[in-house]
Amino acid sequence: MGVNSVHWFRKGLRLHDNPALQEALNGADTVRCVYILDPWFAGSANVGINRWRFLLESLEDLDTSLRKLNSRLFVVRGQPTDVFPRVFKEWNVTRLTFEYDSEPYGKERDAAIIKMAHEYGVETVVRNTHTLYSPDRIIEMNNHSPPLTFKRFQAIVNRLELPRKPLPTITQEQMAKCRTQISDNHDERYGVPSLEELGFKTQGDSLHVWKGGETEALERLNKHLDRKAWVANFERPRITAQSLFASPAGLSPYLRFGCLSCRVFYYNLRELYIKLRRRSSPPLSLFGQLLWREFFYTAATNNPNFDRMEGNPICVQIPWDHNPEALAKWAEGRTGFPWIDAIMTQLRQEGWIHHLARHAVACFLTRGDLWISWESGMKVFEELLLDADWSVNAGSWMWLSCSAFFQQFFHCYCPVGFGRRTDPSGDYIRRYIPKLKDYPNRYIYEPWNAPESVQKAANCIVGVDYPKPMINHAESSRLNIERMKQVYQQLSHYRGLSLLASVPTIQEEAEPPMSDDSQASSSTAGQACTPTPAPSTPPSSEPSSPTAAAPGTHTQRKRGRPSELTSKQKSKVQHTNQAKGVEQKIDDKQ
Amino acid sequence: MKRGQKRGDQAEEGGGSVSGPGPGAPEVRKRLRRGDSEERRDEDGQVDWRQLPEEILLQIFQYLPLLDRAFASQVCRGWNQAFHMPELWRCFEFELNQPASSYLKATHPDLIKQIIKRHSNHLQYVSFKVDSSTESAEAACDILSQLVNCSLKTLGLISTARPSFMELPKSHFISALTVVFVNSKSLSSLKIDDTPVDDPSLKVLVANNSDTLKLLKMSSCPHVSPAGILCVADQCHGLRELALNYHLLSDELLLALSSERHVHLEHLRIDVVSENPGQQFHTIKKSSWDAMVRHSPKFNLVMYFFLYEDEFGPFFRDEVPVTHLYFGRSVSKEVLGRVGLTCPRLVELVVCANGLRPLDEELIRIADRCKQLSAIGLGECEVSCSAFVEFVKMCGGRLSQLSIMEEVLMPDNKYGLDDIHWEVSKHLGRVWFPDMMPTW
Repeated sequence: MGVNSVHWFRKGLRLHDNPALQEALNGADTVRCVYILDPWFAGSANVGINRWRFLLESLEDLDTSLRKLNSRLFVVRGQPTDVFPRVFKEWNVTRLTFEYDSEPYGKERDAAIIKMAHEYGVETVVRNTHTLYSPDRIIEMNNHSPPLTFKRFQAIVNRLELPRKPLPTITQEQMAKCRTQISDNHDERYGVPSLEELGFKTQGDSLHVWKGGETEALERLNKHLDRKAWVANFERPRITAQSLFASPAGLSPYLRFGCLSCRVFYYNLRELYIKLRRRSSPPLSLFGQLLWREFFYTAATNNPNFDRMEGNPICVQIPWDHNPEALAKWAEGRTGFPWIDAIMTQLRQEGWIHHLARHAVACFLTRGDLWISWESGMKVFEELLLDADWSVNAGSWMWLSCSAFFQQFFHCYCPVGFGRRTDPSGDYIRRYIPKLKDYPNRYIYEPWNAPESVQKAANCIVGVDYPKPMINHAESSRLNIERMKQVYQQLSHYRGLSLLASVPTIQEEAEPPMSDDSQASSSTAGQACTPTPAPSTPPSSEPSSPTAAAPGTHTQRKRGRPSELTSKQKSKVQHTNQAKGVEQKIDDKQ
Repeated sequence: MKRGQKRGDQAEEGGGSVSGPGPGAPEVRKRLRRGDSEERRDEDGQVDWRQLPEEILLQIFQYLPLLDRAFASQVCRGWNQAFHMPELWRCFEFELNQPASSYLKATHPDLIKQIIKRHSNHLQYVSFKVDSSTESAEAACDILSQLVNCSLKTLGLISTARPSFMELPKSHFISALTVVFVNSKSLSSLKIDDTPVDDPSLKVLVANNSDTLKLLKMSSCPHVSPAGILCVADQCHGLRELALNYHLLSDELLLALSSERHVHLEHLRIDVVSENPGQQFHTIKKSSWDAMVRHSPKFNLVMYFFLYEDEFGPFFRDEVPVTHLYFGRSVSKEVLGRVGLTCPRLVELVVCANGLRPLDEELIRIADRCKQLSAIGLGECEVSCSAFVEFVKMCGGRLSQLSIMEEVLMPDNKYGLDDIHWEVSKHLGRVWFPDMMPTW
């Protein structure tokens, strides 16, 4: 009997850099590429039409690419646990391959499938490609607990070897060796379904900005790199009004669905940097966006409650309000704050918003204004946001609502001033809230302050044609900063007057300073001794040093005693649960 | 609970006391030996927990959360009695949440009933944590009005979300609160921020608790007038901490607080909130602040500003002894420039946002003039990297808190973003990083 492989696509919807697919092809007699989809589930799941469209387009693109290799994509209807036993028998499967899924739900599902495959005598091959690094490896290097600050995470990454190099795309020759008979009724049985088939009503796809699929992803990657090369300056790009609009070089949804390999992105960036800068290795900040993704994947991989407050050991327990009415106003862009409403409209129409826009609406919903749980916001993003990965989405929401990761909570975005700073003319608002298009720049962020004559001239009366602001921002931020302070003071057992000191110090970072080795070893954390005017340039910033490219590396080396750090970190986290103790005393400073 | 009961049964069965070495809790054994000549063990060499002296049981119970104490109280009669020991009921936090408006659990109604019935005379340190529903605030008032035979030392009414006490009929709230004022007679700490407390009820407070009151927090209580708070300051000479809104602050109040009969003030917290855009604010004379500083040289003045940029006119014209300064909304470069000139006692400065121009000179001036400054937080405030490094260099190691978002640090020809972490760490004498937000 020969080798009959099935490659199971979930994420990783691509033929380039797909090691699990390569394993499926390796020495096989037949290979079938499968995507499992439950059409009955589709309508009820909390996933919006834009995300489904993106997925279906990605599947179409895969199918098209496979056709060019004389193969096809098999979209099998059903649930994996029902589909596999059927398929194993029907196709005499001997090998099942798929990409590793690090998320708790995925790990559980895959464990069940691997067990089932084993019972059917099917060999399974799993390869990690959705992230640059193995989350488990990072956790192991951080003394068996996930890093809780981004800096710590970067320091660990700096000690790791470079990510594995990407593999080339699947070739015609490879595929020729394991061609599969395609039945005449393939389209009927295994074709990619349409949105209508999944129960979505579609009307004129005019606002369909993000086209799913590997082909599109690779074109965008080129544009992205061209733009980077054009700017030739790898500093953080200046954020302008233009940044708020969907960019033809945007990549995040493609990374989410795996239409683009993160390693391909990583190495392309790296090579471009080295070519243009003639420096041996680029700083970590070059990969900022990719690393944030890794950070949240690592934080979530062993935490099944990562997406909720209750039972989540890293999440601060905050007494959020339950307020479905206010939540609906936020989600549907009816808050009366044009900046917030424009962002939510863009999100609903197009499925993507800029990260600053995410900060703005997340802060507004949670600690900034409405005091509604980040979990509700996360669910709305999950429905609408194309690049919402479970880990990254929940992690970002916890971060932005100051529910984890030791954030200073005073950074509160103003729903009027923040947008104006980025886009003073308000073009972004005019695009997504056409009702306001005739407002003068001066009032476009706060139409309720416009005199009646201006409102009339603009044909948009606040309270009639456009809602009044649902909340007084000054008042709510006054209240909320007190609430956050209450929560954090309980957490840190801090009773002083300082607002900044209410946030527990991050042990990971409160460590001896850099300078040279001898100093670092003689000073201890907490004892703030000013280092003697040390080498003017810190050793690791010397271009000649190949291993120490970014500041983090060096710091990490000096940090020492990692075990102690992690234990402190753990005890911190435990406070979170104790914070709600019954015996809390009202502070009577006598 | 089941396990607890089983253990209790065993303890009750084996009542005899047998001495001899054996396993068990050595710590408890030692204590028992000290307290009692006789060792209390059953035939198996087990400690007879039933006969644990009350004071030890009390010690243990004090460390247990309420729920565990409740479970333990079901073990045996003795433990049940211990559960009700007055010492365990001096301090209590009522959590009043409605399932429709909060994610958090609430104190069980039966427990509340039991406390009112059996322990209201034991309560001394009481707080109410109330969610945003009116029902919860009402429930808190109902409990308060039943605390007729108690003598509270501290009372806190804390809104954990939107301030729900404000939604109650004022008279209802006032009558509940005055029950406590009248009956307690020895209140030392009162936190009633965001409530409809009014002048007459403060009079009742003063009439009954003027000798003991040390702390009064009543930010955003719109029904109190400057005269109402002045009456408190005039009568309560032991008042050390006070929190209120700017519209209640007057020269008379400051003079009353700095009168000879008055103890030194420790903290004064002022919230400056704009009720409607373009509001005009009164000014406080420099001589009044001077009197305060003379009388209480170490007092902390905490000021929270929630104003529109054009409302800062009357502020920071003269020297003001502010120690902790928080700007919750955008504040102009000009005002921050004045802060550097007029706030020599500044310890902490938090600025949420400023206009579009970088804050460079203002920061340098603050570093130069505010010699006590040890904490600074900058939100949406652009600063050039050079100015920031210079600022940190001038303040040096005394900056124990330094928080700025990476995205507002502007690289210049002297320092890039990669250098700044090094430079700042060097001057601070510890590892420092700017704050980051996920770019995802």
